[in-house]
Amino acid sequence: MADTLASSPVSDALAPGKPIVEFQDVSIGFDGNQVLDRVSFTVLHGETRILLGPAGGGKSVLMKLANGLLEPDSGVIRIFGRDLKDMSKREIFEMRAHIGMVFQESALFDSLNVENNVAYRLEEEHVDPVQIHNRVVEALQFVELEKAIDKFPSELSGGMRRRVSIARAIISRPDLILYDSPTGGLDPITSNTIIELVVKQRDVYHTTCLLITHRLQDAFTLATHRYNLDHHRMEPIPNNGIAAETMFLILNEGKVVFDGTTLQLTHTQDPWLRRYIE
Amino acid sequence: MRFISPEAYAKSVVASVQEYSLLCGRAIANIFSKPRYIADTFTQMDSIGVGSLPIVVLTGFFTGCVLALQAATTLQQFGAVNMTGRLVALSMVKELGPVLTGLMVSGRNASGMASELGSMKVSEQIDAMRALGTDPIRKLVTPRLVATVFMLFFLTIISDACGTLGGGLVSVFLLRLNGGTYFHTAYMTLIAGDVIGGLVKPIFSGFIIATIGCYYGLKTTGGTRGVGQSTTQAVVASSVLIILVDFLVTQLMIGIFGR
Repeated sequence: MADTLASSPVSDALAPGKPIVEFQDVSIGFDGNQVLDRVSFTVLHGETRILLGPAGGGKSVLMKLANGLLEPDSGVIRIFGRDLKDMSKREIFEMRAHIGMVFQESALFDSLNVENNVAYRLEEEHVDPVQIHNRVVEALQFVELEKAIDKFPSELSGGMRRRVSIARAIISRPDLILYDSPTGGLDPITSNTIIELVVKQRDVYHTTCLLITHRLQDAFTLATHRYNLDHHRMEPIPNNGIAAETMFLILNEGKVVFDGTTLQLTHTQDPWLRRYIE
Repeated sequence: MRFISPEAYAKSVVASVQEYSLLCGRAIANIFSKPRYIADTFTQMDSIGVGSLPIVVLTGFFTGCVLALQAATTLQQFGAVNMTGRLVALSMVKELGPVLTGLMVSGRNASGMASELGSMKVSEQIDAMRALGTDPIRKLVTPRLVATVFMLFFLTIISDACGTLGGGLVSVFLLRLNGGTYFHTAYMTLIAGDVIGGLVKPIFSGFIIATIGCYYGLKTTGGTRGVGQSTTQAVVASSVLIILVDFLVTQLMIGIFGR
């Protein structure tokens, strides 16, 4: 993967301070309903951008646009510095090798077991089978699910499926991870486990990520916690500190209503935002 | 119940034809470029070809049996009961073998493809596949297309053979006809045009079964109910198209071979 990355144009975009995801006046609608209306924002390298907003506000659509799974009606989307409109289908498929995506409902291949689900991308790249197995075990250890390697998705709980989905997304060591409601529909304890994995990925590998959540608690946990590698657990940042690389983007009815830092969000005077976060 | 305007309906039909044509074009183009999913193609060949063998053998065999019985009853009135083999062979090879095999395989596999791909679509597995850098048309549609066209060709030959054999067994054991005469007239009546015509049809039928099954599967929306609708639509559309294309190919073959 590292070799592939080094030889691809994507590597040029991977420098601190460089934009990884750029949306400029992006609009999209379905059947006459405007889902996103002139949405603009930028996610820089190493940043964790949390997408918040009421249900039906276009967050999942935005995520699919960022991965080229949907095409906007208007506006420009640049991923790793390249305009998606200028890329051929083949180039978009190649670009996706650098992006990991965790779907709302996990979207695991139900005819494949956990090992083959996690290994899917590496098998597509014809990586050596021994290396694939080792990488799968490593990814499953990361999500603490190595014992479930032979199970099928139907044998797993919702939380376990979400963790397998995360393992599948990170196995190729992507440069951008898109989490679409990774804690949606999960109990608080399992949600916390998933958020811990996201924090671990952020603090250990410094991967740029976009994360949708409906739980403000999860969003603020991400902003106020860090991963302690010595104790192998998540802990609050000392002195009420805030993770500088964690930013917020709030959508309401297809429009960006907030784009800024955790402090800016907690100190906002906007009445709608105050109601939303309180 | 909400009525749709004729204009909107016409537009949706044109859009569907366009989507279907694009899917077919891309599925064919993928055959000529890498990566190719050879293992998936063999898996589909096993599932579609070997899996459909019992249904094709039984259908072909009993169709031949019934043909022989019916033909003998009518031919007896003209004192031409010895022509039974000729009638069974011509009917099976030119028409019933290809069409019935196509319909049987369509019922079994177009529905299977539509429901499998439809389930994957509604559970976001197709999106996940795309997100993982795999073209679903290349991975899912092209192997099914190649496998169906290839296997339906041979399934039709098997069906023709089983039908002729079934007709022969009925002729010998029930109608007390001479077996040698039956198979001799059956063999002698067939010319190259009949065989070619009968073997061109499964190529078209196979194409229709795979592309229609995959098309309806990939455009599934609306959860499990949507999967059910796609499955039904795939079987209906592919069955009608198989018979329609059979008519057109028959016309073409009559134009070329004169019968």
